[in-house]
Amino acid sequence: MNEDKKQPLPEAEKQDVKSPKPKFVKTEKTPVEPCDPEALIEVQHLTKSFGELTVLDDISEKIMQGEKVAVIGPSGSGKSTFLRCLNVLEDPTDGYVFFEGNNLCDLRVDINVQRRRMGMVFQQFNLFNNMNVLKNITLAPVHIGLQELKRAKRKNLGIKIGNLFRGKEKKKALVPIETSAKKIREEAKANAMRLLERIGLADKASVFPSTLSGGQRQRIAIVRALAMNPKVMLFDEPTSALDPEMVGEVLELIKELADEGMTMVIVTHEMGFAREVATRVMFMDGGKIVEQGPPSEIFGAPKNERLKDFLSKVL
Amino acid sequence: MQVMWEAFYDQFVTKGGYRNVLEGLRNTLIIAVLGLVIGIILGTLVACAQVAGRRNKVAKVFARIGDVYTAVFRGTPIIVQLLIFHFIIFAGVNIDGLIEAVLVFGLNSGAYVSEIMRGGILSVDAGQMEAGRTLGLSYTTTMLKVVFPQAIKNVVPTLGNELIALTKDTSVAGYVATMDLTRAFRLIATANYEFIIPYLMLALVYLVIILIMTVIVRLIERRLRKSERR
Repeated sequence: MNEDKKQPLPEAEKQDVKSPKPKFVKTEKTPVEPCDPEALIEVQHLTKSFGELTVLDDISEKIMQGEKVAVIGPSGSGKSTFLRCLNVLEDPTDGYVFFEGNNLCDLRVDINVQRRRMGMVFQQFNLFNNMNVLKNITLAPVHIGLQELKRAKRKNLGIKIGNLFRGKEKKKALVPIETSAKKIREEAKANAMRLLERIGLADKASVFPSTLSGGQRQRIAIVRALAMNPKVMLFDEPTSALDPEMVGEVLELIKELADEGMTMVIVTHEMGFAREVATRVMFMDGGKIVEQGPPSEIFGAPKNERLKDFLSKVL
Repeated sequence: MQVMWEAFYDQFVTKGGYRNVLEGLRNTLIIAVLGLVIGIILGTLVACAQVAGRRNKVAKVFARIGDVYTAVFRGTPIIVQLLIFHFIIFAGVNIDGLIEAVLVFGLNSGAYVSEIMRGGILSVDAGQMEAGRTLGLSYTTTMLKVVFPQAIKNVVPTLGNELIALTKDTSVAGYVATMDLTRAFRLIATANYEFIIPYLMLALVYLVIILIMTVIVRLIERRLRKSERR
């Protein structure tokens, strides 16, 4: 167990050397505060600026297991950037993001491992154009499974060689390997087919994304994220690039996930959907969370002037 | 006219000029195709270094080296490069002229291909990389499995163009290193100073080679596109 934790260290140190000097104006970083162990995602003093433009301004927030958070606000308010900072797709200029107690801004934390538990769905679907639907879904599970298998085998080889030099009583036990490359592939495929059947697109498994409609593509993108068994799903305006008649099928799927208890953060312009599904609504403006609360309060009795103004325009 | 044909026939068949032509044809094709293969390998490496150099300091060093390489090989005429390799770098070395030519043409086309490849990689939507990263795949894995295959598809027509340009450029290889098509026909022409038929014939041979190449590239291109819309 201990050795497991040490493994990512050397690479992380290399990353430290390689990472470019931060370009932001503020020179001193806010010190890390201890994170709340209860929170699934915790954001501390999150600030993001692109050059002179500050997009996120000192946001601190917690998202608990099982919450469905809808982020609303006018365009340019930093909603998407906020979401992208949650899995450090955008590097925060300052502040920290914790996921299950791991500081994602710490270069010693292997971000690739953490991201496997955070699904993300994009406005533009971003299905891999060079692969068919099935391959799109199985690529990451198979690749990561094989990678871990290889690592375990290499470790066992090391132990075996070490055992040659150890005394009889001191021989180290091998890491048990219960899986095989074939098994990993088959399991990933079976899982993918199960997910495709769930959304009624099993017959499209061998088809390329370019032949599918927007709604189908987005549902497959959601399922692709689900194939990694994420703890949280991040939706970045999942229906904004869709034709109106396809919005329904995608929202339906997201709603199903919500009902199953998936934690999710959704940036959306669908106010009706936010009101129906969210347990908490955040209104962002000018890089800050201006007002938040349960949907009934946000939509029923908004307090902030800007929120009232925004709602009057969109409702 | 009759005289011209007889002179050509005499040189081409009776005096064995066709042997030179066949060897030249073989060499021209070897130089062009192997040159492009080396060029693609080199160019891809340089392009990868340049793309990765935006976020990785080690890659940046290689990207700078690649910049210098590209500048030198694109900035000087290929015949000058051939002369330098033949008379300076490999001056005392006993090396086959064909290998020398393949090397120079490979290095030369690598400089052009690196730019083609870089453009190809950058033409792939950034969302593809983001999608790979959010699934927990590393930068390198996403690059190899997602971005690169798409970049190749975008780049095939331009690479075909490069192959055609390279094939025509090989006509200068005969000056220093080796027997090529142009040199073979030049030998025939200068043997009895009857230029018209050999040189028109030479042009025709190049034209046919390049038309065949164009068709092959088209086929490859169509095949790659097909996989996209099945």
